[in-house]
Amino acid sequence: MKEVFINPLNRNNPVTVQMLGICSALAVTSKLEPSVVMALSVTVVVAFSNVIISLLRKTIPNRIRIIVQLVVVAALVTVVNEVLKAFAYEVSKQLSVFIGLIITNCIVMGRLEAFALANKPWPAFLDGVGNGLGYGIILIIVGFFRELLGSGTLFGFRVIPDKLYEWGYENNGLMILPPMALIVVACIIWIQKSKNLNS
Amino acid sequence: MKLLRNYLDQIKPHFEPGGRYHAFQSVFGGLESFLFVPNTTSKSGTHIHSPFDTKWSMSVVVIALIPCLLFGMFNTGYQHYLSIGENPGGWLMFLYGFLSVLPLIVVSYAVGLGIEFTVAQWKGQEIQEGFLVSGMLIPLIVPIDTPLWMIALATAFAVIFAKEVFGGTGYNIWNVALIARAFLFFAYPSRMSGEQVFVRTGSTFGIGKGQVIDAFSGATPLGQIGSAEVSPRMTDVLGMPLDYWDLFLGLIPGSVGETSKLCIGIGAVLLLVTGIANWRTMISVFVGGMVTTLFLNVIDLTPAMRIDPLEQILLGGFAFGAVFMATDPVTSPRTQAGKYIFGGLVGMFAVLIRVLNPGYPEGMMLAILFMNSFAPLIDHYVVEASIESRIKRKEIYSKL
Repeated sequence: MKEVFINPLNRNNPVTVQMLGICSALAVTSKLEPSVVMALSVTVVVAFSNVIISLLRKTIPNRIRIIVQLVVVAALVTVVNEVLKAFAYEVSKQLSVFIGLIITNCIVMGRLEAFALANKPWPAFLDGVGNGLGYGIILIIVGFFRELLGSGTLFGFRVIPDKLYEWGYENNGLMILPPMALIVVACIIWIQKSKNLNS
Repeated sequence: MKLLRNYLDQIKPHFEPGGRYHAFQSVFGGLESFLFVPNTTSKSGTHIHSPFDTKWSMSVVVIALIPCLLFGMFNTGYQHYLSIGENPGGWLMFLYGFLSVLPLIVVSYAVGLGIEFTVAQWKGQEIQEGFLVSGMLIPLIVPIDTPLWMIALATAFAVIFAKEVFGGTGYNIWNVALIARAFLFFAYPSRMSGEQVFVRTGSTFGIGKGQVIDAFSGATPLGQIGSAEVSPRMTDVLGMPLDYWDLFLGLIPGSVGETSKLCIGIGAVLLLVTGIANWRTMISVFVGGMVTTLFLNVIDLTPAMRIDPLEQILLGGFAFGAVFMATDPVTSPRTQAGKYIFGGLVGMFAVLIRVLNPGYPEGMMLAILFMNSFAPLIDHYVVEASIESRIKRKEIYSKL
């Protein structure tokens, strides 16, 4: 039971091991705040869609299961989108279409197909939270480095001291561009793999 | 020489397994094979023995770059004294330029070789000579005022992410020096283009203090064309008009090594005579660029489209890229026909980027990197086409 929750965080991480959800990891991580919001949104959607599908798993006819899954996910995504618009309007504008595109995030459908359809609601919930957080951790790490090195800020606050700029330091514009997100993800994979091989 | 050989033989046991400095074995091996031709040869199978190893070809490229380097140093001083309105004589100009360029070379080599040595030691491999050329190219293709820490960062990035992760020397997909420049270009755009960076106006180690005169403008001829309103008109830093001859000799602002087409020509001759660079690639880059320019001349919609073909290849880094970058044997196609295709497309894209995208006044870097990615694909189709034509020929003969 514990494995179900722990595995996606490291050994079977959806982003760095299964290579899922890469597009959104590139698109929303130029700042830390949208990364955190995106991580939470995906966690909520994966967890609750897992629970709902797990509850319905015996009543869903096998032939139309994909469309049922889509309806559930779409409904949850719409709820998340509306909540964000109501309580975090600025961030939801920054994330724009990417909240809506959680529907197409392979992690969500992947977990429904691979886990929720064959397991009870509680493990399904843990699996969803684990995968959402596994995805979220990577997003937050990437967002942290991209905002720190690209803009010199974290959550919009300036963290690099002015002294450094006087000495000639400059923000790295490449960090804001999507290619660098790919390279940061690659570095995370590099470190993670070499660590996992040793242990 | 004998003395050095004896000394190396004397300290060699320390670096072999079990010796005191075993940890630095690859460093010692690298140094030894750099100083002397290794005497180990293959014992089994059939081999072609050739004295032209990687070290030899790398050294020739570095020698071919030396005219550009020396002229670049002189030009740095020349542009500086022109901008402060003094004339201290040629030697002081050269000294100023020498002291300005030297730190760039030192930083580029120190960082790049440091990473190469560390990786070789870590993997237990021999040190490859591949960085000798990249380390010399990087200082030559950046503006003189690039901060040293940026050079260090870009070099480290290029060596690790464009070379070592692909397996080291000879396995890289893209030209390493150009990756370093591309990193700088996208990470610190204000340092890599514009009017402020190509002429050093401050003093270097106390030499060349002075006030910049009023008429000064540090825009490169290529930059002036990008921002031209009516027709392209190129001037030097004091506003005097430039002709083809000035562009050819290279006393114009620009990246350190790219300005003098005469020195690039000397390097090109050396590379072609020794057979290190391929004339097919080189010629087709120029032809591709000139044909595209002629085509744009006919369309004639913006001032940048009115530049004639000769001017286009004399401007900016076109010639430097064509001679030293596009011909890189690792990142260009291996097949003969592929070389023509590759070169022609590099020239075409360089001109298209220059002329059609005002945001990127210099297109050579992006054109070469872009085509580097396609080099294996070009090779693949050339080989496929050759196989198919041979099969067809065989069928025809078998029917006869």
